[in-house]
Amino acid sequence: MMTRKQRRLWIVIACGIGLSTAVALMLVAFSSSLSYFLSPRQVLLKHPAPGDVFRLGGVVQVGTVVKAQRGGHPYTKFRVTDGQASIPVIYTGILPDLFRQGQGVVTIGSMAPGDKEFVADMVLAKHGASYMPADVEQALKKAGKWNPKFGPPPNAATWNDKTPKQIEAANQRNPVQ
Amino acid sequence: MIPTLGHFALALGFAIAVAQAAIGLFGPNLRDAAVLRAAPALAIGQFVALVASFAALIWAGVVSDFTVRNVADFSSSTTPLFYRITGTWGNHDGSMLLWCLILSLCGAVVAGFGRTIPTSLRSRVLGVLGLVSGGFLLFTLTVSNPFARIWPPPMHGAGVNPILQDPGLAVHPPILYTGYVGFSIAFAFAVAALIEGRVDAAWGRWVRPWTIVSWCFLTAGITFGSLWSYYTLGWGGFWFWDPVENVALLPWLTGTALIHSAIVVEKREALKTWSVLLAIATFSLSLAGTFLVRSGLLNSVHSFAVSPNQGLFILALLGLTIGGSLLLFAIRAPTLATTGIFAPVSREGALILNNIFLCVIAVVVFTGTMYPPFVNLLFGIQISVGAPFFNQAALPLTAPLILAMAVGPLLPWKRGAIGPALVKLWYGAVVGFVILSIFLLRGHAIAALGLAGGAWVVCGALVDLAERIRLFRIPVSQSVNRLFNIPRAALGAAFGHLGFGIAVLGIAGMTLQIHTITVLHPGQGVDLGGYRWTLERVYDAPGPDYAARVAVVDVTRHGKQVMTMRPERRFFTAEHVTTEHAAISTNGIWDMFATFADEDKSGGAEFRFNIHPLAPEIWLGGLIMALGGGISLSDRRFRVGAPAKRRLRKPQGMAEV
Repeated sequence: MMTRKQRRLWIVIACGIGLSTAVALMLVAFSSSLSYFLSPRQVLLKHPAPGDVFRLGGVVQVGTVVKAQRGGHPYTKFRVTDGQASIPVIYTGILPDLFRQGQGVVTIGSMAPGDKEFVADMVLAKHGASYMPADVEQALKKAGKWNPKFGPPPNAATWNDKTPKQIEAANQRNPVQ
Repeated sequence: MIPTLGHFALALGFAIAVAQAAIGLFGPNLRDAAVLRAAPALAIGQFVALVASFAALIWAGVVSDFTVRNVADFSSSTTPLFYRITGTWGNHDGSMLLWCLILSLCGAVVAGFGRTIPTSLRSRVLGVLGLVSGGFLLFTLTVSNPFARIWPPPMHGAGVNPILQDPGLAVHPPILYTGYVGFSIAFAFAVAALIEGRVDAAWGRWVRPWTIVSWCFLTAGITFGSLWSYYTLGWGGFWFWDPVENVALLPWLTGTALIHSAIVVEKREALKTWSVLLAIATFSLSLAGTFLVRSGLLNSVHSFAVSPNQGLFILALLGLTIGGSLLLFAIRAPTLATTGIFAPVSREGALILNNIFLCVIAVVVFTGTMYPPFVNLLFGIQISVGAPFFNQAALPLTAPLILAMAVGPLLPWKRGAIGPALVKLWYGAVVGFVILSIFLLRGHAIAALGLAGGAWVVCGALVDLAERIRLFRIPVSQSVNRLFNIPRAALGAAFGHLGFGIAVLGIAGMTLQIHTITVLHPGQGVDLGGYRWTLERVYDAPGPDYAARVAVVDVTRHGKQVMTMRPERRFFTAEHVTTEHAAISTNGIWDMFATFADEDKSGGAEFRFNIHPLAPEIWLGGLIMALGGGISLSDRRFRVGAPAKRRLRKPQGMAEV
């Protein structure tokens, strides 16, 4: 049997060991597995090294989704845009149900050697029908392509040939609810 | 008319909740028996009002009353009746009402079944519940009113999100919410005890059954949610460490810690302050979980009820509830003196170890979940913390938990020795070691560790039961006799551990999954896992509000027909959305999983075929855990009630957990 003080000491030591292990594990995990979210424009500016895992988010550019096969395995190729730049993405796997042209997606993966294409391991599209991931939304706002006050985001196909002002004007003319 | 009545009932519920809070909290000071009787009556009244309100909303959904915005936006006249009903809680406003309904149910249950609780404590508990309920009812009424009307009504509703047109919506949210909200009772008990300044063994005995009930529901809710995503997502994902999953896991972790620490309060009158803090933390995490995702602060891939504009109100409510209770804790906790002494190696010590590790895991999950929004808020950098972080930081911490989990129940109270307990577990260690070496030699390190850990926990639970019935040491007939006389709480605990071990086995088995993605024309086939998967044909099948394309896939093994799978693609005409319906065939040990992903113009169909070893065990384990909680609830001492009424012929040592 031990006194209350001794017992408290034991508990404090156990808690200390537990917490410090947790902190150490978290620091290690943070340094190795934290991934940044980049929009296509940021990718072009920063040139992440091939193999560095990051999240590329934006809108699936309309008219760029191509399905093809390589060695019997189907893959999908599409471009992700934030209205200022777009990056080709290659994905082998089954796209989520709500993956659609002109809608927001987040893809997780890394740049292929050669810095031209993004190879996605995972493509996330929200299960809700009208989804704009918060990260993508922010990227679009930064790029000046969309002001959420004026309804859903404009058609992605129009982005590269209109200035932010034109889009805003178009949105004001026919506001959506 | 009916929706207006529903709206009125909601407002009435709010008024009653306010009265319940005021009378419940301050009534006991008046020393008037009539006032003490008022709080339970009000709690039941509030529940009745909210049932009426919720029924009105469902009615509006059933008859497709499109003057109600909620129905117009999230239902349509072509939606099948079942989904018109479940759709009422598949959106923000409706799910808010469901949340409040369950909270009022908690109050009504305490009022109805808590007759053994001292009246002043019960009154205060109901007062705290009324206060929380009042806050959230005010929120529902003012900011997210499910009965808001639109005029003129649209001709057709917008329809239920096709992904939500699934029986999962009928099961998962109500059960999960009951789990979340159920912890409000433990929270109310903790706050009431702080107000009264008294926490004793009886408190532990009152709190534990309520906590176990909500823990069961939360466990089952998470299990169903995971199963739902498994069969609906098309690639067998059952857990992604997505924020909305993490926030359900957090109260589960602290709630699990609470049901263990409350045992120590009940048996040994120790850990009282800690249990009070855990009760507050668990409900706070439930609240934060439900509402941080809704407020849009946490961004999730699969939450359906988001309304970012109401963030401030929610944050204020959260701040008041959590901050207020923690402040009260800081002021009153020092008055709760600890008694009970024990050695580090003892049942108490094992339970403390369990608490430490569960809470440390909770800290890691919390940090990982909250880090991105805070970094974004403070530095404007967009960072994401995904599955790799949690796998690296949280999973290693489960290892000591799993190791200790098998040993803990075998240790005696007060003081014990680790040696005899380990001797009893020798064959568990052998089984674990054999599994570990087999899979390590095959090069599956993670699966090896997971499977060995799961087997160790399962063996631990079985040894615990075998010890209790003294298997093979006394004649078998006597053992069987003893099996029926094990205290239900002990039986429940063994089942809880058994279920956890089985779930660990399933999760570890899933890391060994194999899959292939391929395009097949009718007549062509592909080999996977010793099976030949051949596409027979693809045909059209009409559904109630969708048109389906069904692929017929024949699975053969060594030329012998094994089964026919029919994965589907459903096109919902109203919403212009296509969903995939995977065909899953299970034999209880592994799942065969086929998804029909796409069709090209040349008639080729794209498939994903998976084989998931031990996948069914994940959900089987979760359900066994919940079942264990249920068995534990039927324990005699919970039915008999407060310790004052305990009869002499039940010896103290019988009810060991």
